Amino acid sequence: MVAACVSILAVFLICLFLFASGIPAIGKIGPLKFLFGTEWRPSNDIYGIFPMIVASIYVTGGAILVGVPIALFTSVFMARYCPKKIYRPLKSGIELMAGVPSIVYGFFGLVLMVPLIRDVFGGTGTSWLAASLLLAIMILPTIIGPTESALRSVPESYYEGSLALGATKERSIFCVILPAAKSGILAAVVLGIGRAIGETMAVIMVAGNQARMPEGILKGLRTMTANIVTEMGYATGLHREALIATGVVLFVFILIINLCLSLLNRRAENAN
Amino acid sequence: MQTNLAAVNSQAETKKRNTTSVSEHLRSYLRHPGSGILALLTGIAAVVTFAVLIFLVVYILVKGIPYLTPSLFSLEYNSENVSLMPSLINTFIMTFMSLIIAAPLGIFAAIYLVEYAKKGNKLVKLIRITAETLSGIPSIVFGLFGMLFFVTALHWGMSLLAGAFTLVIMVLPLIMRTSEEALKAVPDSYREASFGLGAGKLRTIFTIVLPSAVPGILAGIILAIGRIIGETAALLYTSGTVAQVPNLMGSGRTLALHMYVLSSEGLHMNQASATAVVILIFVLIINGLSSMVAKRIAKG
Repeated sequence: MVAACVSILAVFLICLFLFASGIPAIGKIGPLKFLFGTEWRPSNDIYGIFPMIVASIYVTGGAILVGVPIALFTSVFMARYCPKKIYRPLKSGIELMAGVPSIVYGFFGLVLMVPLIRDVFGGTGTSWLAASLLLAIMILPTIIGPTESALRSVPESYYEGSLALGATKERSIFCVILPAAKSGILAAVVLGIGRAIGETMAVIMVAGNQARMPEGILKGLRTMTANIVTEMGYATGLHREALIATGVVLFVFILIINLCLSLLNRRAENAN
Repeated sequence: MQTNLAAVNSQAETKKRNTTSVSEHLRSYLRHPGSGILALLTGIAAVVTFAVLIFLVVYILVKGIPYLTPSLFSLEYNSENVSLMPSLINTFIMTFMSLIIAAPLGIFAAIYLVEYAKKGNKLVKLIRITAETLSGIPSIVFGLFGMLFFVTALHWGMSLLAGAFTLVIMVLPLIMRTSEEALKAVPDSYREASFGLGAGKLRTIFTIVLPSAVPGILAGIILAIGRIIGETAALLYTSGTVAQVPNLMGSGRTLALHMYVLSSEGLHMNQASATAVVILIFVLIINGLSSMVAKRIAKG
């Protein structure tokens, strides 16, 4: 019983400490200036995190755009096409992908993807494109796992009924099974968004971290998570508080995503 | 006997009729080009996913293995040998310390949720919601919290202890959830039989229910080890990045942090890739272990 309450205590403490250290800074800087200011110049005491918020959304959006279709088709393959013999190794492959630490992904992006982008498209290579592609890879296992089980939980009779009506296998899968598993798939995508927006180390290594408004797909940008890590090491005073406040904004984003997730999960349960 | 044979034969025939040959498949796709394209896309996506995974693993191994020199494993770190040994030892210490706190907490919490709590209890709902929230929080937020609470408010400074406690909070929901599922999977008849023989509740839980749930709990703990070994963002500002084996209150870096520092300095990329190999090997071992445990659970 006492042990069980630790998680309550932890969440409570996290909220308390983050908000207590972050909110005063937001108050001092001014909420509007802080959230929508487009300049981040700690040396001049100008703290606007709008570029970072936009960057986080851009990078995550790019990752979702690339990652979700691939993840969706792969889950269809795993649930419906995969021959029994190779299913086990493929499944553990996806588990392995989920287990590889983000720092290793980041290193992979740094030594392979960044030079590749530099050679093919020009620019410095550390860019929105690199960050989005890398995150797309990282969220694949996050999305594939739940999507596959959502697809499998659709009653087989739906599929058989569709086949019996003369639809091809693909039509049955994409027009009958996918819509039936809709809320489960959506929950998986939201989970992926949460992972992408909170990802830190991998993004820092490939995104370039320039604290200005994102200018293009080949230009560098700095996400909220990167902002915290790159500057926390030497920040003091209001600068430090502003960084913690960045963490608070990130935390609020994550809480909203969690809320969506639990709503979706409830809907998925009700549907079953 | 003969009727049996006939039945088998007819079954085989229906099976033959139901399975279509490759050429028939292709012909049906020509008739329905949309379906063909979708099937193709599905195949391509699967190939892309697994190609990326294999490429990643092979690339890291090929790039790193040539640099796994003996000097990389010497006990003291200096800028010449860039040894990863202190970080390796720190990783073990960190994993051990976090687990020794997080595992009992998580398991007891799961026991409470499964065995003691009544259904529809408000407290249980709150515990579930908070555990879900915890599992969704990104590691950098844990890092910030650890810095504010353990490092600053409790005056522990940047230390292994602060890092370990931050990790405890991070892996707690994971252990709680897997243990809860493992406990739930124990059939009620076990409990009833134990009660029937006159054992008390506590005795039933610890001598009957818990041992049969061990594989599931173990799977959760293995997952937690994987997360601890790979964690960077949560430790950067809690355990610090000094390359030494400290006592509990001193700062020391784990393998993942070691790798981050090396690759962000950009001076020792080869050693960083060698470190990546070591981490990857750990991850492979852990994955192998967890699938072994999963197989044992499946066998029952």
